[in-house]
Amino acid sequence: MTILDLRGVKCPINFVKVMLALEELEIGEVLEFFLDDGEPIGNVPRSLEQAGHKLLARNRVGDYFRLVVEKGEEAD
Amino acid sequence: MLTEAQIERYSRHIILREIGGKGQKILFNSRVLIIGVGGLGAPVALYLAAAGIGTIGIADADAVEISNLQRQVIHHTTDVGKAKVLSARDKMTAINPEVEVIPHHTWVRADNILSIIKDYDFIIDGTDSFATKFLINDACVLAGKPYSHCGVLGFSGQTLTVLPGQSACCRCIFREPPPPELVPSCAQAGVIGVLPGLFGTIQATEAIKYLLSKGELLTDRLLFVDALEMRFQEIALERRNDCALCGDAPTITELRDQSEAMTLCDLGKA
Repeated sequence: MTILDLRGVKCPINFVKVMLALEELEIGEVLEFFLDDGEPIGNVPRSLEQAGHKLLARNRVGDYFRLVVEKGEEAD
Repeated sequence: MLTEAQIERYSRHIILREIGGKGQKILFNSRVLIIGVGGLGAPVALYLAAAGIGTIGIADADAVEISNLQRQVIHHTTDVGKAKVLSARDKMTAINPEVEVIPHHTWVRADNILSIIKDYDFIIDGTDSFATKFLINDACVLAGKPYSHCGVLGFSGQTLTVLPGQSACCRCIFREPPPPELVPSCAQAGVIGVLPGLFGTIQATEAIKYLLSKGELLTDRLLFVDALEMRFQEIALERRNDCALCGDAPTITELRDQSEAMTLCDLGKA
């Protein structure tokens, strides 16, 4: 599984890129990505849940985060 | 695949669940024709270009006049005298160079409209004469092309989306164009400049929704807006089985120009 590295990508483009990557997946498949601290970690996970996806993991790795999201059913 | 620049440009669309990357690609592969780049056509052309509709046709034979500039916001003072289709194309491609703009430097007539509309997915009526509105209605119904009807005058206007054979067409409501004596004269043809902006953006919204197959179209309900009182009203409509055009036994089976109403001066120049 490739990791989407969104470190250095600002809101909302980081969210847009996660959404585009999720479009390519089937429901139930997962995506792993890196996200910056601050505004990105405050916004993107929340937005993904609002869009019907499921956050499976959220771990701090130094000054950034590693997240895993599962594509939700409502998303299509 | 969307490029990095496209992801940024269309990010506010892609975020929307109803659009996403897939919807944005649908828009990019779509073709919309705007008949008339005047008051209504101006916002339609600007917003559809900005939205990334891949191919946009614009049909108009007029040149820009200074009296257009109060409402036809796609044309600038420096464009006076220039063909409207060329003036409009410049602004559309300045907003979004990815969009292909096809100018049709002509009036639509009974003998050319079918060949002009045939390559498009959705048609916008941005014209200002009753006769042309009926011609567009008839052509779109005969060709099975979905389209947005609109007319504005003074402080009020109306708009309706037509899905031929499925929803009410203009002839289901108004069987014929009004007789010349009932068509507003020049003295009555004033229009508040913002009004075509309000309606044109509604028409552009309908085009985008149709292309995306999202939401509910403005079909079988005529939206009437009185901007002076700022009241929005919907008039429920039904497709008529006895409509001369889209009914079960149509009597209108070919196009004809209705010149009696076309010669009136600058009717609203919507």
